[in-house]
Amino acid sequence: MDVPNQAAEWKTNIVAGLFPVFLSALIFSWFLTFIPSVADGVSTRFGIDWIPSLGISLSFFIDGLSLTFALLISGIGTLVFLYSSSYIKNHHHFHRFLLYLFLFMLSMLGVVLADNLISLFVFWELTTITSYLLIGFSHETHKGRHSALQALLITGAGALAMLAGFILIGLTVNSFELSEIILEADTLRAHELYAPILLLILFGTFTKSAQFPFHFWLPNAMAAPTPVSSFLHSATMVKAGVYLMARLHPAFAGTDLWLWMLTIFGATTAVISSILAFRQTDLKLALAYTTLMALGTLTLFLGQESGYAMTAFATFLIVHSLYKAALFLVVGCVDNATGTRDANTLGGLAKAMPITAIVAALAAMSMAGFPPFLGFIGKELKYAGALGVASEPILVAGAVLVANSLMFAVAAIVAFRPFWVSSKTTYPKQPQEAPFAMLAGPIILASLGILFGIYPDIIEKTLVAPTVASLLGNIEQSKELKLWAGVNLPLILSICTVILGLALYLQHQKLRPALDGIFAKLPTFDQGWDKFLLKFKDFAAWQTRVQQSGNLHQYMFVVFFVVFASLATTTALKNAIFKPPDFSNVTWLGVGLVLLIIGAAIITTVTASRITAMATLGVLGIGVAIVFIGFSAPDVAITQLLVETLIVVLVAIALLRLPNLETEAGQRRPLDAILAISVGSIVTLILLSVLSLPLDRRVTDFFEQASWPEAFGRNIVNVILVDFRALDTFGEIAVIVIAALSAYALLRTTTPQSKK
Amino acid sequence: MESLLAIAIGVLVATSVYLMLARNVLRFIFGLVLISNAANLTLFVAGRLTAGIPPLIKKGEIAPVGPVANALPQALVLTAIVIGFGLFAFALVLMFRTYTTLGTLYSDEMRVAEPREDTVI
Amino acid sequence: MNSVILTAGTRYLAGLLLIFSLYMLLRGHNEPGGGFIGGLIGSTGFILFAIACGTEDARTALRVPPQTIAMIGLGIALIAGLISIFFADPFFTGQWFFLGSTETEKGLPISTVLIFDIGVYLVVFGSVLTLVFAMEEEI
Repeated sequence: MDVPNQAAEWKTNIVAGLFPVFLSALIFSWFLTFIPSVADGVSTRFGIDWIPSLGISLSFFIDGLSLTFALLISGIGTLVFLYSSSYIKNHHHFHRFLLYLFLFMLSMLGVVLADNLISLFVFWELTTITSYLLIGFSHETHKGRHSALQALLITGAGALAMLAGFILIGLTVNSFELSEIILEADTLRAHELYAPILLLILFGTFTKSAQFPFHFWLPNAMAAPTPVSSFLHSATMVKAGVYLMARLHPAFAGTDLWLWMLTIFGATTAVISSILAFRQTDLKLALAYTTLMALGTLTLFLGQESGYAMTAFATFLIVHSLYKAALFLVVGCVDNATGTRDANTLGGLAKAMPITAIVAALAAMSMAGFPPFLGFIGKELKYAGALGVASEPILVAGAVLVANSLMFAVAAIVAFRPFWVSSKTTYPKQPQEAPFAMLAGPIILASLGILFGIYPDIIEKTLVAPTVASLLGNIEQSKELKLWAGVNLPLILSICTVILGLALYLQHQKLRPALDGIFAKLPTFDQGWDKFLLKFKDFAAWQTRVQQSGNLHQYMFVVFFVVFASLATTTALKNAIFKPPDFSNVTWLGVGLVLLIIGAAIITTVTASRITAMATLGVLGIGVAIVFIGFSAPDVAITQLLVETLIVVLVAIALLRLPNLETEAGQRRPLDAILAISVGSIVTLILLSVLSLPLDRRVTDFFEQASWPEAFGRNIVNVILVDFRALDTFGEIAVIVIAALSAYALLRTTTPQSKK
Repeated sequence: MESLLAIAIGVLVATSVYLMLARNVLRFIFGLVLISNAANLTLFVAGRLTAGIPPLIKKGEIAPVGPVANALPQALVLTAIVIGFGLFAFALVLMFRTYTTLGTLYSDEMRVAEPREDTVI
Repeated sequence: MNSVILTAGTRYLAGLLLIFSLYMLLRGHNEPGGGFIGGLIGSTGFILFAIACGTEDARTALRVPPQTIAMIGLGIALIAGLISIFFADPFFTGQWFFLGSTETEKGLPISTVLIFDIGVYLVVFGSVLTLVFAMEEEI
């Protein structure tokens, strides 16, 4: 490519890259205008009918919960687009990338704003599809394709179950509108379908939000470019499941099933994934596992009903999105600058990349939960919420403590060690500071973490409290966000976290091999899934082999057997009327004709000579033509005679080149004969039954009466063909043309043999 | 007479089924011709048989005088015959082309699209 | 086939069959006949011609490739159905015009139904010849 072209392309890439930034910034500011009304507890609803007869509408709903999500999506989206405009601008599919990412953002906004469950499902699936396209963005690599398909299949399967749950909700409360379903919460909780509905929906949300045991797709999704990991697979899409659980919290929470499902799965996910995060050496994977941990914690809190738990949920949701998106973007910068993401080799980057190092430290301190960061408040609330859990508070608080300590250690591994601990590694390329566009996002996100920490009021009244109100129904339940709450149990637990986390970090090089030793022995879910897919494919191949053997005889046998079986059962079940056949008007001529037809048919069947078969076929055709002549169908008879002539001509031409038929003497086919006789008999029986009923001549009568006055024709058969049923005839002549042209094409293509 | 023809149709169907179950595709095509004839006759017979009075309107009349043969099945059978011919011609050409390409008339040996399991690599 | 009698006779016979096929087509609305029968008879004329003198001569005599005839026929049939649009009738409603009609005389009837039947004739004629010619030549 010559230089001016490159420059032109570079220019268009700049424009293309910045366009979605402005667009999403616009959307973000539009959502900002809703803050005052939502803070006052006013929710906005708007929409249009889509399929009114089914109760499906494109309706949207803005309250505290959806506004928080919408602001996170569009806000982080803006920064991620800015980051991408520099990070990936030289990729040859840059525009495609921007398109997918923007489509994703719009669908994700659709998910969190939708009021109607069916439109929510549609947007939900759109996020699945765009996520598939984005994970598989590097579709040249096997890993990219494999991970994309895995994510698609798992979240897609979950979404289908969820759709079933939605439809059951619709049947139970007679509405698909979330705002109405929440009002019917008592009906829903008391309904006998409550448990199936809940399990179906949880299957969808757990797969989407990567809860254990469906967690394995999320680390694999890290095959996507870093902006995608940051946006979809930490800040937004994976929280769709959490969002839906939060959205349905008012309608479903408060039962033992809800409590235990969310608590157990959330806690398991949080603990297991923080251990898994701890043993990762790839920075991006370590972050992916901590995302799982965050999702588990969010799920765990949604299982509860207390004000503390809900406030913890809302705060942690915001905290996590801010620091995790920032850290992912920082890892992207490091990866770009050094060409590696390996925690063991990275080190001493603070000198080369001072801004990145500081930003990373800010984000990581929020993640680790140091004061005065928002992460600290989030952690305090988490402990308060965990201790307030109705049953087993010690267990839940213990799980949160373990998870938080591990997260502390991971934060240090990801954001402290690579920058501040010196290492002797020589990098593939000389690291240097990332360009402004890539730094802007992390800087803003990390600064917000400390800004909101020092001035928690900014988000407390505007976002946290309204979100809690959406969950619990009243705003009073929301707890205050403050840095200093006095010396209490949460603070003590916080101090324990720091000590434990520090110890874990200092020992992590030694602990890792031990953990690896344990995990190497355990089968992973990832491999299990691959095995399952393989088995499934084998099963599909097996059943295809059985159904489609490639053997014409078998196909025909099945077809005729089904014809026979369905005709016979219908005849038996519908009590077909049988009268003894009436042979009173049979003439000797008729008997002779029938014998001629039967004889010709039988000889055609048994003969070994193709010439004989051709002749008997001709005889049979003429016999049938005589039937038509004898029973007042001159048009049909003429057509039959002409067609018979043509058939003989064609068969005669073809037979010149075909081998003679071998006798079938050696291969008697008794089973085929039985089936053939059965089909023949049932046809005769049904025809006799039809003949014993009076004929309905209404249609014929109409044609007879209308033929001359309306269609000016005396030949009723022809009038039916070209006037009354002209459309049918048109279809039929089209078929004839198609048959002739296809046969022509078949003959005109040269055979592979003649080519050789 | 209808009952007698019903029996003949049964025989036609039975022989055509037997032919279409054969492994030689030429027999299959003979079966195709037979089953089209059987289907046409079934339609025709089900509409009842009337000897000697074709469904034509005499000059000067506006409708047929007295009972005439049922015109409806005749119209159906007429197009069915022509369509059946088209189908037959196509099947014949297909069979012929298969024979010249694969060198066999036996459907068991035509495994280009769906090779046998044991021959798949 | 190298029979002089057949070769010589066929030329007249084919012409006769063609004229007869047109006769069958035109009378079809009132007497046994019509597009299907007409087209079949017309094509047998040309098949006879092809058998006697070879498909090369038959194609020359036909001037237009038979598959073109079939497609033209399909087009004519479609147009016949579409004419009813101009009279705000449903698709394929027959339209009748009586040329030179007076109080007492009906005049010469021209109808879309006839046009449709001509289309059917051409389709059957063209399709059958497409098939037979191709088989004759390729086999």
